[in-house]
Amino acid sequence: MNKKKFIEFLGFFSLRICVYLVLAVILLFVYDIGSKGVGSINWEFLSQAPRKGMTEGGIFPAIIGTFLVTIVTAILAVPLGMFAAIYLNEYAKQTKLTRIIRLSIRNLSGVPSIVYGLFGVILFVNILKFGTSVLSAGLTLGLLTLPWTITASEEALKTIPNSYREGALALGATKWQAIRTNVLPYALPGMLTGTVLGLARAAGETAPIMFTGAAFYLPMLPKSLADQFMALPYHLYVMATQHHAISQVRPLAYGTALVLIILILLMNLAVFILRFRLRRVIKD
Amino acid sequence: MNLKAKIEAKDLNFYYGDKQALKKINLIAPKNKVTALIGPSGCGKSTFIRTLNRMNDVILGTRVEGEVFLDGENIYSPKVDVVELRKRVGMVFQKPNPFPKSIFDNIAYGLRINGMKRKKNIEEIVEKSLKEAALWDEVKDRLGENAFALSGGQQQRLCIARSLAVEPDVILFDEPCSAIDPIATAKIEDLIQILKKNYTVLIVTHNMQQAARVSDFTAFLMLGELIEYGETGKIFTNPENKLTEDYITGRFG
Repeated sequence: MNKKKFIEFLGFFSLRICVYLVLAVILLFVYDIGSKGVGSINWEFLSQAPRKGMTEGGIFPAIIGTFLVTIVTAILAVPLGMFAAIYLNEYAKQTKLTRIIRLSIRNLSGVPSIVYGLFGVILFVNILKFGTSVLSAGLTLGLLTLPWTITASEEALKTIPNSYREGALALGATKWQAIRTNVLPYALPGMLTGTVLGLARAAGETAPIMFTGAAFYLPMLPKSLADQFMALPYHLYVMATQHHAISQVRPLAYGTALVLIILILLMNLAVFILRFRLRRVIKD
Repeated sequence: MNLKAKIEAKDLNFYYGDKQALKKINLIAPKNKVTALIGPSGCGKSTFIRTLNRMNDVILGTRVEGEVFLDGENIYSPKVDVVELRKRVGMVFQKPNPFPKSIFDNIAYGLRINGMKRKKNIEEIVEKSLKEAALWDEVKDRLGENAFALSGGQQQRLCIARSLAVEPDVILFDEPCSAIDPIATAKIEDLIQILKKNYTVLIVTHNMQQAARVSDFTAFLMLGELIEYGETGKIFTNPENKLTEDYITGRFG
């Protein structure tokens, strides 16, 4: 083997090793949680409330709580994020101000989630008087998700060739017509992917909901958006660190973690299918 | 010239930021004739043609001075509706840019955004436009197929058909053959000859033979200035300006 070929071999070999390492870590992680959690999962676990000081019973209220709060998050973050991205990418002039705005949005996505939690307490719980509730927590998570949905949507819009826009304009389309009929349909799969990834991340957050609405234990489901709720990530946090009998409830904690991971996986799968469908519709 | 002017540029200046791309261009494109714009890369010929349907408006930081008349009306007057203007002045781009839709929907796009709803009308115009662009026979059995399935030359004729569908008076061709093969190029050149019966055509081209073949009038631009303009036969056989002569004889460019 000559030197050039050896270097090439070495290069690809190290790249491959990196991929295998990452894969191994992920597999180990999933296996660990899966094997320890699968034993706790049964119909009762999924459909019942916790009992006996959360040492028995299920996580039904937490599943519902996470579901509800994610819906509130989506209602805030999805349309607002997409529209903001459309404005930034299609309409806004590329001035210093828009560059600063864009940079700020990028930076916001790096702000620790606990900071969002504190902000949510001040704005939604105290100033707007929504109290500790599904609404406050959902809106807080919505703010956390916004930078992600904006950035992902903008990136998706950027992938649409300019010739689609110009071609439409040259036929007498208004700018909005060109965007609505000849840009958005093709950008939508990408926009949705980024958005749902952001939502999935929000659904798994603990810190922002801890002070804004998630409860340690509730005997009932939230009846309205103004009620407190139980949520999977917070429940997991409680079971793993705050419970009076941590070792006793460890299997339940793993079960909760597994359910959370599966829910997020399902969300991603749903987007995957939606994307596939949208692509087919566009092609036809 | 004893011809009716369709488009007339008067003292047209154009700037990208501080850089002046067009300098005091005065040019008349006669009705139902083909006017070719030639010149070395960066001479402003594409910029010029894009001022005629105000396509440069969408590029940020650009500025226009002077006037462009379409049928005697200044298209840069504040009263002019750019959307209406672009319906009257169609454009075919350098790279074929079919939309990722079916062949039918590509042609129908311009009709639908302009509010046409009746399926029968749309079908009629799609067929008429494809026939005018000499593409009908090749695609009539597969109108539902994605336009990307067509060859490059077919895609370009599709784009021509698409602009014909909205019934413009003028069609601007911005180097329409630079991305397609010689046989497809010949077809488009033949097509341009037919189109000029009903439309006024302006074509930017890098290819001097092409300008000589298809056009009635030729404008030679260099560094944003109109160096010479006249009947194509005269420009290519007996140019007045030394620069024009040097360019068409291939001494530079």
